[in-house]
Amino acid sequence: MITLGQVLILAAILFCISVAGIFINRKNVIILLMCIELMLLSVNMNFIAFSHFLHDMAGQIFVFFILTVAAAESAIGLAILVVLFRNRNTINVEELGTLKG
Amino acid sequence: MLPQIQLVIPELVLLCLASIALVLDTYSTSKNKVLTFRFVQISLLIVIALIFVVSPDTQEYAFNNHFISDPMSVVLKLVICIISLVVFFYSYEYLKEHENVKGEYFVLGLFAVLGMMIMSSAASLLTIYLGLELLSLSLYSMIAMHKDSLTASEAAMKYFVLGALASGMLLYGISMLYGVTGVLDLQGISSFANAGVDADMNIMLVFGLVFIVVGIAFKLGAVPFHMWVPDIYEGSPTAVTLFISTAPKIAAFAMTIRLLSDGLQDLLSDWQGMLIILSLLSMAVGNIIAISQTNIKRMLAYSTIAHVGFFLLGIISGTASGYAGSMFYIIVYAIMSMGSFGMIIFLGKKGYEADQLDDFKGLAKRSPWYAFIMLILMFSMAGIPPLIGFWAKWFVIKEVVAMGYVWLAAVAVVFSVIGAFYYLRIIKLMYFDEPDEMLAIKASRELRLVLSVNGMVILILGFIPGALMALCLSALS
Repeated sequence: MITLGQVLILAAILFCISVAGIFINRKNVIILLMCIELMLLSVNMNFIAFSHFLHDMAGQIFVFFILTVAAAESAIGLAILVVLFRNRNTINVEELGTLKG
Repeated sequence: MLPQIQLVIPELVLLCLASIALVLDTYSTSKNKVLTFRFVQISLLIVIALIFVVSPDTQEYAFNNHFISDPMSVVLKLVICIISLVVFFYSYEYLKEHENVKGEYFVLGLFAVLGMMIMSSAASLLTIYLGLELLSLSLYSMIAMHKDSLTASEAAMKYFVLGALASGMLLYGISMLYGVTGVLDLQGISSFANAGVDADMNIMLVFGLVFIVVGIAFKLGAVPFHMWVPDIYEGSPTAVTLFISTAPKIAAFAMTIRLLSDGLQDLLSDWQGMLIILSLLSMAVGNIIAISQTNIKRMLAYSTIAHVGFFLLGIISGTASGYAGSMFYIIVYAIMSMGSFGMIIFLGKKGYEADQLDDFKGLAKRSPWYAFIMLILMFSMAGIPPLIGFWAKWFVIKEVVAMGYVWLAAVAVVFSVIGAFYYLRIIKLMYFDEPDEMLAIKASRELRLVLSVNGMVILILGFIPGALMALCLSALS
């Protein structure tokens, strides 16, 4: 039987992978978008686990909203990516240094 | 009619008007999109009137405790709408001057206003998240709208990635809160925490709280989560920077109060410590790095970070009067920031942005009156009495002292003195340096009028700070 703790640990590991991916990745902006998606999915996992073990539907409803927002978010992310690529002909993270940050 | 639906009428009407504006913009062939612009202005006026008409004087819930209408949300919504009205005006002048008017700017702006209104009225974790995302997604696309600008597309990408990261952090914290309490509405969470929790539960709550504070700090731009602020301020078109630096700050205040005060007031001792660190670092980093900037948009970005540090002081005090102090601060900050970016728009002209400090050289000789307005703005930001910026700092520092954090107040005062340096430098440039060339300022009569009124508001409010403060106090009592 899978316990709540095990699911939470899995979600936490996924979350850490995605955050590490955002900070370590220096090659490709698309991987950043994938990491963001993974982050939202790990949160979804948390919500579903809690919802299941608390016998409360609200968590699963929240997941629907997160999924919808995530879809809108990746649409906008990819659109910005296209604009960026048109302007610079590259999507290498390291070359995004016009602004000093 | 559904019960309590009248509470959401301003939001519903705004949603309909924004959708109509989108269609209208597609078919409009009017020069410079003047039709879309006028329609958006009228929409905001209608919404302001509706907020006055339908809002109850008391606290009322709707939609199963997901939506709240209380005095705070009403005041914040009004301020957000009025500020957006002026911001859109400045932006329109900017876009017209640079011959880059796009109707989408105003439509997305309306959706962002809708998101901010939802954040102000959020009474559950779900509505906070949805309002926040509606605001953020609109802002990402507004930055990227200038398709041919290298810096704008880079700024949009950076804002998108860091904003999404912040939302992810916030969501993770929200999921933890939900897991511990089993409810989504802030009222339920508050009564759960109030009833007293055992040690294990408390650790989980604090674990969630850490992520929520990180998410809030990201959205506010507090150090060490401030990396995006200078880049986005510098890279975005001035019209968009103007918008980002004003109304969304007020929405971020609403989010902070909803989560930390309405939901987690019982964990005050836990989040107080975290906010003290954020506030100290923000004041230090913001004020010190701002000194070395030569680009005024970047300088104002670091000044924002410093102001966020001051703004957090009021939240740290953890009392209703402290929150009122913070609310006062953030509203005043939005008005000052609006004026400063309005000034950059005022001095710019086609193909040329007045975003270097040197562009302000000898402004007093080119135009004494607008140099005086800039003087008021900068004095107010630096916190020099009797201007309104002084009272904003005064109220939050007073609250912190009342809570016994005298050392924190002392540090805040020291950093505000350091911060005065870079504001005064602009005044020195304007009054004591010779202009590089005596260009006449070319700006429309309306822009001159609105900018003058903006400056005068800061001057006049400085003499009657009690009125605004009474409003903030009544909103939070």
